[in-house]
Amino acid sequence: MESRTARFMIRFGSVVALLFLYIPLVIVVLYAFNNSIGQKWPISSFTTKYFGLAWRSPDLREALINSLMIASVATLLALLLGSAAAFAVHRYRFFGRNSVSLMLVLPITLPGIVTAIALNSSFNTFGISLGLMTIMIGHATFCIVVVYNNVIARLRRTPTSFVEASQDLGADGWQTFRYVTFPAIRTALVAGALLAFALSFDEIIVTNFVAGTQLTIPKFIFNNLRQPRNRPIVNVVAVVAMVVMIVPVIIAQRLAGGAQAVGATRGGDVATPAEPAGGP
Amino acid sequence: MGSVTAERTRGSVSMRVSRFFFRHPHGRLGVLLGGPLAWFLIVYFGSLFVLFLSAFWGVDVFTSEIVRNWGFQNFKTLWETDVYRTIALRTIGLAAAVTITDIVLAFPLAYYAARMATPRRRNMILVAVIVPLWANYLVRVFSWKLILSPTGLLNWTVETLGIGSLQIANSGWAIWLTFSYLWLPFTLLPIYGALERISPSFLEASGDLGARGWMTFRRVVFPLIIPGIVAGSIFSFSLTLGDYIVPSLVGNTKFIGNVIYDNVGVANNVPFAAAYALVPVAVMAIYLLIAKRLGAFEAL
Repeated sequence: MESRTARFMIRFGSVVALLFLYIPLVIVVLYAFNNSIGQKWPISSFTTKYFGLAWRSPDLREALINSLMIASVATLLALLLGSAAAFAVHRYRFFGRNSVSLMLVLPITLPGIVTAIALNSSFNTFGISLGLMTIMIGHATFCIVVVYNNVIARLRRTPTSFVEASQDLGADGWQTFRYVTFPAIRTALVAGALLAFALSFDEIIVTNFVAGTQLTIPKFIFNNLRQPRNRPIVNVVAVVAMVVMIVPVIIAQRLAGGAQAVGATRGGDVATPAEPAGGP
Repeated sequence: MGSVTAERTRGSVSMRVSRFFFRHPHGRLGVLLGGPLAWFLIVYFGSLFVLFLSAFWGVDVFTSEIVRNWGFQNFKTLWETDVYRTIALRTIGLAAAVTITDIVLAFPLAYYAARMATPRRRNMILVAVIVPLWANYLVRVFSWKLILSPTGLLNWTVETLGIGSLQIANSGWAIWLTFSYLWLPFTLLPIYGALERISPSFLEASGDLGARGWMTFRRVVFPLIIPGIVAGSIFSFSLTLGDYIVPSLVGNTKFIGNVIYDNVGVANNVPFAAAYALVPVAVMAIYLLIAKRLGAFEAL
């Protein structure tokens, strides 16, 4: 269909786009092993000493513990609220039903700074002091949609006849949930949770506005990026943060994909994250 | 024996509960929807409402305390100060430039994945596009700082090739490039989705009717993928409007986000920041309305 020139152009453009996507990631990995404090290319000598240095930094430990705690709580909240919303929209017809997904997706479609300053000014107005709890609240707000998207996509693919059959066989609501619905959506829940976790672990735009003096990994990177002396540590943290994020996402992708083979529709459960968190 | 009885009693209690909910579906709906709805009403819409209100407040010049003297003073400052108008227009211009760049960059790869690649390769490409999206936002910004620095990869490449030197660190070009990089996957996925949904028979029909490649693209493919393009552009546009990290790390120009950030942090003038934050909200509201008209929500 396409002419030979068109096909060539498309292939060429595809390679350009893929290189554009991956060169920066490769660069970050290489620089983590850079021996010199000056960030000159090409890298002249390699070392792993900054990994040890980063590991022993108390600030960084604090940031890591905070980030893990925040991401866990935000994920838990998102799981509860996101799957509840998904069930409600999937099972019932009610006024405003079509607006639920629009509502949930707003925190990641409106510019991140808006969510950030809105939360900031309302916490201040009501005298809630900024800290771990306010970060968790902020993160949960934009993580909900990730869980919701995954669960509702799965529910839509699970035939309702399963639930009806279970009821016909005399199961009560809880048993139906435990033995029929839950197994069907289990991997979607895990995928949603992993993505929500990654989203929270990555967030900086909103976090900066609701964190007060608390450190998180992205805040640590942000604060130290402009100090040339700390660059080597930032390089190391960058690679570790990248791995911490990519691994759960690949697992999530697998989980959603595995179900995909069974499900009727194509197209992954794993929706695009929205923003960097809200983020960005 | 005892445990069996206990099992039965519990069963009957839970049976009663499920019967109640079966007869009162709205009770169950309330339980399910109550949590998320309350969370959004209180935390999110509540905050947006406070933001909206505080845009009409002021700040005491001496104490830096927020004073609730209602009025349009912040909007007046915004409108009458050239700098803020310029910054708003500059931000919108940048968002548009980034969006267009991403559409152009995304199209070939999206087309290749949707219509030319084998299923196996298509999956690989999709994963390859999604992974960078999750590879830590700040790290990806940071990497451009490394690449674009005067001693970085880009300038080294240009100098090694003997073309001279390319100094775009801390410039508008750096900001544009970094944003285009960050949001490319967001733009690509909906375009891919739209391309994939085009039935091959449309293209065959177009060919049978005598249209060559370019004509088919312009008259058949392009109109069909507009919703996908617009859906993708919502992200690149909105995310650029609301970002203050990239300009502060790889550039030295101020955008809407930076003004807001500075006013909350350094200047401590939250009401003014709130008023300024309503600018991207208004822009996005208009954008989303147009996007809805163009059918972008179905392509999200």
